[in-house]
Amino acid sequence: MLFRVIARNELENLYDMLAVNHVVGPVSRGDDTPTPMFDFDFVYDFKELRLDFPSTIHSLKRYVLPPKERFCTFTIQDNDWQKDVDLNAHKPIVYFGVHACDINALNKLDKVLSGSVYPDPYYAAKRKNMFVVGINCNPQPYCFCHSMGTDSALHGFDMFLTDLGDDYFVEIHSAQAFDCINKLNSREPDEQDHIRFLEITDKKLKKFTSHVDNTDLTKILDLEFQSESWKEWGKKCFSCGTCAAVCPTCYCYGITENVDMDLQGASKIKQLYSCNLLDFAEVAGGHNFRPDSYTRLKYRYYHKHRGFVEAFEEPLCVGCGRCGEACLAGITVPEVIASVRDKENNNE
Amino acid sequence: MSPVERSYLGVPINKPKVAFFEMSSCEGCQLQMLNNEASLLDFLSLVEVVNFREAMTEKGHDYQIAFVEGSITRSDEIDRLKKIRKQADTLVAIGSCACFGGVNQLKNRFELDWVKKEVYGDYPIDTRKVEPLSAHVTVDLEIYGCPIKKEEVERIVTNLVLGKSIEHPKYPICVECKENHNVCLYDLGEPCLGPVTRAGCDSWCPSNRLGCWGCRGPVDEANVTQLKEIMAQHNFTMEQMLDRMECFGGFSEYITEMKK
Repeated sequence: MLFRVIARNELENLYDMLAVNHVVGPVSRGDDTPTPMFDFDFVYDFKELRLDFPSTIHSLKRYVLPPKERFCTFTIQDNDWQKDVDLNAHKPIVYFGVHACDINALNKLDKVLSGSVYPDPYYAAKRKNMFVVGINCNPQPYCFCHSMGTDSALHGFDMFLTDLGDDYFVEIHSAQAFDCINKLNSREPDEQDHIRFLEITDKKLKKFTSHVDNTDLTKILDLEFQSESWKEWGKKCFSCGTCAAVCPTCYCYGITENVDMDLQGASKIKQLYSCNLLDFAEVAGGHNFRPDSYTRLKYRYYHKHRGFVEAFEEPLCVGCGRCGEACLAGITVPEVIASVRDKENNNE
Repeated sequence: MSPVERSYLGVPINKPKVAFFEMSSCEGCQLQMLNNEASLLDFLSLVEVVNFREAMTEKGHDYQIAFVEGSITRSDEIDRLKKIRKQADTLVAIGSCACFGGVNQLKNRFELDWVKKEVYGDYPIDTRKVEPLSAHVTVDLEIYGCPIKKEEVERIVTNLVLGKSIEHPKYPICVECKENHNVCLYDLGEPCLGPVTRAGCDSWCPSNRLGCWGCRGPVDEANVTQLKEIMAQHNFTMEQMLDRMECFGGFSEYITEMKK
């Protein structure tokens, strides 16, 4: 990794250099909201960027895994038909201002969607067509990324900025990023910069108030399959799939085929689906393997904190806390896992 | 013209004769069927419309599919509905009125005599308790919404003609709200029935910053008990919540539980 330092006012030059492409970044969402809210969106002016954002309502997921995506269209001509595939990745996109949790989320998605035996070309096309500028964050009360080991990003970005006050400490992680930084006024970090950088990292660590105890969690989840806690959380759950929709790593989906009204064509549509939705485990013939809301809620935790760990040696959760913040019923990962663990302790 | 005039992937597709009827309603759902000019011609080549008072003068009585809008509020409507049922192979209830009673059923909350007097004074009027179509005949398919969503109807009718199965979303509006990247209306200080209402409208109202009023009726396994708690947490009164839940009639079976 290469490190450089740029002056604060040099950041706009970096933005301008990258803005020949489409730029997505954190922007303010709804100035009339009681508490300020932020979300990722296309940015057309450096001033729109809110790099001080605490978190965003939705993650970056929609840019690599759109909630609804047309996989292909079919055109019928006489007695023949033609299939047209569009990977829907038409342009490179610069993601300007991404926190470590979201970069780690993309890295986790990579393992499933581009590193597996059958890579997903729709995902890979978009993922390979991005330039990611990370930025350090200010942990919020709901953030538990430190517990998940995702509070710093080691790869999966081009450039990572840390706000030192008057300057930005810049980590360079790709050849393109190296070319960019060479066009800016930058300097090698000195001893003083290193000290400032470490101070900021230290300060950040002290801000985490939300934690998840991952010790032996895969085994505990196995032991607590019948725990009453699941039923308690299930009573609250709307089975609305909001947690999965805002989750940066939930990738499950369904596919529907729609025939055009003129009967001259059809299309195959992918829709991101949540395992909390009522018919997620419904099969042909109408049998539903998980008819109760608590069994579906439990399944989501088992996939993220048990199944995925066994397959990839890491949970499918980056601790961004979005699911808990978005859940109307107030179901949060730290509380659910703590309740299941407590049960285990009571049994002793 | 032979009834088999088109095919899809080599399978002959019949062009069914369809008719549109209305009981007590604003006829807004039928208007929806007509209002998408870009796809109207495709719709008209998919089916043969033989009876549609709002759109044509001719009145054919030979049809396979009947789309019926509106609720039953008069005794003569029961006879008309039964005749339609007898003729149609498939009877489709369209809109909240036909499916649940709709806005009309609000009057069921009051004494019928009082309602009559309040609206019509001493003028004699034939009116009865408002009921959905299913109270009197077998309804084969329900298309929800006030009004119905044109895109959804087009998809459903295409599937009907093709003989494909028709599935309504089994998830609540929240799914579509998140797909549309909306800020949750509860965060904007607005009550919303989205978490308990069946999706399919593409979060029409919430996307326009209006909390859901539940016109499409409850989602399967609606967690109304939890919604009650959430309304209270956000300082909305029981009255505000009931106003919404009672408005279109879809939640009638939950109202008793709500009032507990």
